Amino acid sequence: MKKTNDVILQTVTKIITFMIILFSIDLFFSGHYTPGGGFIGGLMTAAALLLILLAYDIKTLQVILHVDFKLMTATGLLIAILTGTGALLFNEPFLKHAFDYINLPILGETSLHTAVLFDIGVYLVVIGVTMTIIQTIGESE
Amino acid sequence: MSLLHLAILLPFLSAVLIPFLFKGFRNIHTGWFVLLVPLVLFIYFIQYLPLTSDGNTVTKTFEWIPSLGIDFTAHVDGLGLLFALLITGIGSLVVLYSIYYLAKEKEALHNFYVYLLMFMGAMLGVVLSDNLIVLYMFWEFTSISSFLLIGYWYDRERSRYGAQKSMLITVFGGLSMLGGIVLLYIMGGTFSIQELINMSESLITDPLFVPALLLILLGAFTKSAQFPFHIWLPDAMEAPTPVSAYLHSATMVKAGIYLVARMSPVFAESGLWLWLVAGFGIITLFWGSFNAVKQTDLKAILAYSTISQLGLIMSLLGLGAAALHYDQLDDNIYMIATIAAVFHLINHATFKGSLFMMVGIVDHETGTRDIRKLGGLVNLMPITFTIAIIGSFSMAGLPPFNGFLSKEMFLTGMLSVFELDLFNLSTWGVLFPVLAWIASVFTFVYSIKLVFKTFLGKPQFDKLPKKPHEAPIGMLISPIILVSLVIIFGFFPNLLSNSMIKPAVEAILPSLVDSGQTVDVNIYFWHGFTPELFMTIGIIAVGALLYATLAKWQGIYNRIPERFTLNGMYDAGLSLSEKGSLRLSNAYMTGFMRTYLVYIFSFFVAILLSTLLIKDGFAIDTTDLAPIEFYEVILAIILVASAVTVIFAKSRITSLIAVGAAGYTVALFFVLFRAPDLALTQLVIETVSVSLFLLCFYHFPRISRNIERIGFKLGNAVISVLVGLTITLISISSFSSRSFESISQYHIDNVYDLAAGGNMVNVILVDFRGFDTLFEIAVLAIAAMGIYAMIRYRAAGGKEE
Repeated sequence: MKKTNDVILQTVTKIITFMIILFSIDLFFSGHYTPGGGFIGGLMTAAALLLILLAYDIKTLQVILHVDFKLMTATGLLIAILTGTGALLFNEPFLKHAFDYINLPILGETSLHTAVLFDIGVYLVVIGVTMTIIQTIGESE
Repeated sequence: MSLLHLAILLPFLSAVLIPFLFKGFRNIHTGWFVLLVPLVLFIYFIQYLPLTSDGNTVTKTFEWIPSLGIDFTAHVDGLGLLFALLITGIGSLVVLYSIYYLAKEKEALHNFYVYLLMFMGAMLGVVLSDNLIVLYMFWEFTSISSFLLIGYWYDRERSRYGAQKSMLITVFGGLSMLGGIVLLYIMGGTFSIQELINMSESLITDPLFVPALLLILLGAFTKSAQFPFHIWLPDAMEAPTPVSAYLHSATMVKAGIYLVARMSPVFAESGLWLWLVAGFGIITLFWGSFNAVKQTDLKAILAYSTISQLGLIMSLLGLGAAALHYDQLDDNIYMIATIAAVFHLINHATFKGSLFMMVGIVDHETGTRDIRKLGGLVNLMPITFTIAIIGSFSMAGLPPFNGFLSKEMFLTGMLSVFELDLFNLSTWGVLFPVLAWIASVFTFVYSIKLVFKTFLGKPQFDKLPKKPHEAPIGMLISPIILVSLVIIFGFFPNLLSNSMIKPAVEAILPSLVDSGQTVDVNIYFWHGFTPELFMTIGIIAVGALLYATLAKWQGIYNRIPERFTLNGMYDAGLSLSEKGSLRLSNAYMTGFMRTYLVYIFSFFVAILLSTLLIKDGFAIDTTDLAPIEFYEVILAIILVASAVTVIFAKSRITSLIAVGAAGYTVALFFVLFRAPDLALTQLVIETVSVSLFLLCFYHFPRISRNIERIGFKLGNAVISVLVGLTITLISISSFSSRSFESISQYHIDNVYDLAAGGNMVNVILVDFRGFDTLFEIAVLAIAAMGIYAMIRYRAAGGKEE
């Protein structure tokens, strides 16, 4: 199917993808304080993967990232549910979050929050869902 | 649970064993095992006879659903016992007869006897239940088991037709009866018949009294094949003859009679009851006997004859209600109507049962029931002929058989209307004796026809499918027992009077007994030169004349075209309702999504706009409005422009782009209204969905891709404008009538303290309202799996492509 030499696109992709992924990780982690969060972060990561898909092809993406996205969706859901269930162990209602300020070796005083775990679940689900849909449609004739 | 309850349930319990007995003992006819059940029950119920003839009753309660007042209360009194004896007695004879009638090699006997025992138990339940709901339950059991029995030879088309017809009509009546029962419960607060009888004085003034009366009567009339619901009975003759003999002459069709007799103490004070029961009864009597004459099938003659005789009993029960209004009379002559009803009930069961069995024998031994092919059987089947002649003469009301006695009493009852001076009976009441007399003439004609055309006349054996010969002795036992009873009751009617008739009449007319009147049953053969005797002589004379000239006047039956008969109307009504409902559902279920959307939106608009108007809910309040900014106006104009483009665009691709433009404008609105998270998400999601739209467009078939511009439809335009208007009005109203402050202040105050966050939207999503988010990601996952499944497994058989 490849007819043209996409060397510019592919080269740009190699550079841009990292930026997008970094941006998406930034969006994800800053979500609790500034705009962003699991949902938009996940979409952005998916966008980076999509770019690889466009510049190369599905096989390349699979070589780079050998992941079953359906499994990723399931993992994300599992993490989100387990985060909620974890609260039950401490005699708290389902999905009650906890946080504390901890002095980490490099980062200094940082707030660690169980809501981030929940957000990781959201993040994984969104990537998984988006990529499953795109991959499925792309692979079909 | 007492022995009495077990007796009622015994047929059901033993029905469970039948299939095992059928499979286990292939050499023995299953009927022999079944025979034990009614025999044991008959002996058991006989023991109650001394008890009830002394005027005592037995009531045993077994709690079933006490919280709803539904208990399985068995109540044995004269009326119930009479029926129970009929059911078990004739049941035994019918089972015995069926052993010889149905071959054990060819027939599915296990089905037959299971249905028959189910029916027997259900009938016992009907006549011995005091609780109306339990009675109704057994009542429907009789309908169902009768349906199964009529359709016993289910590979025949006529059997299925007859079964369906009887099912539809009797269940229709049964359901209206249930309605009547519920109304009675509302009025009296109890399902117990005995308790309702005690409060009948107060019930009659209740506004629900008349509806309850009508509904209960509807149930009784449909079951007992009263005009115009009699049409199912002739078609039910497709059942095996033992079934016809049992269900459609002796027991089930009398369930309606039983119900009328049983509910008489509750309703009979009303003039409506007397008129309806007696009126429909007498019309049925006339119509049934008139139609019986034209039939050529032996069972059809008997079916119409049954209808007519049931009408006779019904009319007597109706007139018997007049007795309640003359409680000071010493010789209460109206009581004789009730006595006659009970007496004829017994007589009819005996002679009609024997006649059906006789017809079964003729059918079995000659291979046909068509009266035109039969004749001259008297020399070949002398015993059957004897049975036939006794049965028919009793049915015709000739001495010295029991039919004569009850017919005389019937005429006495009918003549008594001349002395009635209530409910306008003195004017229209004249019709009763007149119709009764005419009907009796026809009864005479068909009874004679039944015997003479079958057994006398010219033999034409070459037309018969089989070589006729006398039936085996086993087949003859049951009808012989029944005709012996016909003769015994004919000569010694007073055997019955104190033991069975008196307690039954006391149960039908309890208020008379309470007021001190004695039921004096004394049936004489010879009662002097009374008007009844002359009427009987007239019946015989005119009947004989009519029979002799039958060929000359038979033509009048063909004058009525098939379309205007009740059967024709039933068939037409059935197919009309089928076609009508098909047409109706075809009319509104078009199969087009567009039509259904029109319904949904029209309903939506109609409900919401009318509520807004009726409740005067529209409000407009501008105090809380924010000032309009320049950028918002610009964005709004862009949004409207893109929306208009979507609708009026020439090609689909333009519409898609315009949808994208609208989406990005909304994202800009989010920016303007300071919702950065929403703006980010909206931008990405809009991109994704527009590319998915483009994907869909790319895969359109060539033909539809070229379709331009949506066609204009006024209706659609009106509905869409109305939907927009409705939403706008409701939005304005709800904005203007906001009655509470927002709860968002709590989130603003606590976003950092409680949740250690700065982005309030995200904190709400994962912390305050994390539960919603959990399920939204579940929705996404399901959508992805759905798309995966749809695309990957769309090949037939779920194979992967």
